[in-house]
Amino acid sequence: MSIFVDSTTKVVVQGISPTSQGLYHALRNRAYGTNVVAGTNPRRGGEVIEGIPVFASVAEAVEATGANASFIAVPPAGAPAAILEAAEAGVPFVVCITEFIPAHDEARVYATLRRNYPGTRLLGPNCPGIISAGKANIGITAGEIALAGGPVGLVSRSGTVFYQAIYELTQKGIGQTTGVGIGGDPVPGTGFVDCLAAFQADPETRAVIMIGEIGGTEEERAAEFIATEMDKPVVCYIAGVTAPPGRKMGHAGAIVSGTSGTAAAKMAALERAGALVAHNPTQAGEMMAEVVAGLPA
Amino acid sequence: MDLYEYQGKQYFARFGVPVSPGEAVDTVEDALGAAERLGYPVVVKAQVRVGGRGKAGGVRLAADAAATRAAAEAILGLDIKGHVVRRLWVERATDIAAEYYASFTLDRTNKTHLCMVSAEGGVEIEQVAAENPEAIARLAIDPLDGLDLEAARALASRAQIPTAALDGVAQVLVDLYRCYEQGDADLVEVNPLVLTPDGRVHALDAKVTLDDSAAFRHPEWEPWRDLESLEPRERLARERGLQYVGLDGDVGIIANGAGLAMSTCDVVEQVGGKPANFLDIGGGASADVMASALEVITTDEKVRAILVNVFGGITRCDEVARGIVQALGRVHITAPIVVRLDGTNAEEARAILAEHASETLQALPTMLEAARRASELAKEAR
Repeated sequence: MSIFVDSTTKVVVQGISPTSQGLYHALRNRAYGTNVVAGTNPRRGGEVIEGIPVFASVAEAVEATGANASFIAVPPAGAPAAILEAAEAGVPFVVCITEFIPAHDEARVYATLRRNYPGTRLLGPNCPGIISAGKANIGITAGEIALAGGPVGLVSRSGTVFYQAIYELTQKGIGQTTGVGIGGDPVPGTGFVDCLAAFQADPETRAVIMIGEIGGTEEERAAEFIATEMDKPVVCYIAGVTAPPGRKMGHAGAIVSGTSGTAAAKMAALERAGALVAHNPTQAGEMMAEVVAGLPA
Repeated sequence: MDLYEYQGKQYFARFGVPVSPGEAVDTVEDALGAAERLGYPVVVKAQVRVGGRGKAGGVRLAADAAATRAAAEAILGLDIKGHVVRRLWVERATDIAAEYYASFTLDRTNKTHLCMVSAEGGVEIEQVAAENPEAIARLAIDPLDGLDLEAARALASRAQIPTAALDGVAQVLVDLYRCYEQGDADLVEVNPLVLTPDGRVHALDAKVTLDDSAAFRHPEWEPWRDLESLEPRERLARERGLQYVGLDGDVGIIANGAGLAMSTCDVVEQVGGKPANFLDIGGGASADVMASALEVITTDEKVRAILVNVFGGITRCDEVARGIVQALGRVHITAPIVVRLDGTNAEEARAILAEHASETLQALPTMLEAARRASELAKEAR
């Protein structure tokens, strides 16, 4: 088992053209084994690009191919409309990797999904995507770093630390069920709690690595969920332990102001919730190796 | 992008939020000219992007030309928490009957907008929040619904705004919300929002943070892009599209993604090194971007070793490796460079680095080992 996507997932790539970023990543995803069934482009309906049939709209692509996930890598000005087009077409799982979408657009998209399309889950924007090792990879994660077979699920705000954590596990011969990069933007469609709940419900996932970072309150909410709703072990790492307060470290929504949102506050909350807290990604891998070794056969 | 008060007030005015007439000036003579045009008394205010101006002597009331001159002379060049005052905002003084507080920002937990209003303005609002939280009325605003006059009036009423000021405050809230939402601001804050003795409601201060991601649809922001006030290295980085924050150690850090860049700083610190900076080359960086990052780092004389930590996803490691090699040919780099690359096209990247390996360019297989080596090299060079 895995969460959100598996080998039955059929992906439509929105905004595809011979030179698009979407095509580049879609081909890599397909080479990994992901079932890429369609592309969309209002000006290229009826074409076939690299063996991928192109439709003028997501609705047509869904109608013709039964696509049940979409992948969006279009520029920020067009991404909000693309997300809503997929939702309108009834696509239940939408991955948007686009970076630099204005925060107010994200807030409107999220509110629209919440009100009008509760059946659609958005992952991202500004995220690396999702990989169910050996089954499906939607997004920009280098598939070869993952190892199939479980038992560990991963969820991360940071993209590159997400890769690092997957890699640490793979190096130790520990497989993964699903890795979810939720992205660090102000209004992510899918949060830590959504992923932790799905991992808790997934029988094949037996332990979880959660990678947070400074800023916001998502990690604190995750801590509450871990304390009250989870019986699977969780290993956490919060990036930005040494970040100076009051500075915006990059655009990833990682802002420290006052004491709320600091790495120390988040680590303390997670420790109180019973999670194991590592101080760097390597240590998180080592802690998880111990957890996995101690799992009942 | 954080706006100066005078820019924030100019932005407010576009959305109909009442502000005092005033002028931004850079010299004592211009301050006098502005005061003559505006009419006395005036307030002379330091334009710095930091709180606590009043306490630091950066805001002065002036009743005549001599007082204006004295105020401008005292404030220009003043150092307020490390920010040197180079510009003043001279505005006509306002009679104050009461001071309120209002702000709009995104509530990341609730994923809605949040409006906060208090009748206890004019003081540190964080202090009010800590000591008397019920003095701040909050309203969650669904972006699809927005804020209408009725809801704004009810919120103001909950905030204990007196009846006589309710209509005025409600109108300002609705206009401020438009400034926040249509104006693509991350934050709009007014403290104090004042009631004048003749019953008008008026923004006496303006704190506005614009969302840089929305700049593509706001050409009017361009003149506000103030690279001058950045420290030179941050300015160079910004011009090259890099996210750079200076720290005080001696290990220069380059990574891709804010999370990994922060994590790299964490690891360097844990193995006994001191990060000299945070530098994120972003996603999908090219060889040229990587070379620019090395150029930025080498302008920092504190740097005694450089750690490049890249995990390729959308970023292709071979591009990063080419960038390092390019930079070595283009810039004079004396500090040793320790590189760790994994992920997309890492094999090709390692081959490129192996061809150019030397005393000053080493590749190590793991993040921890690379951090250790870079920290050791920095220590040896001290």
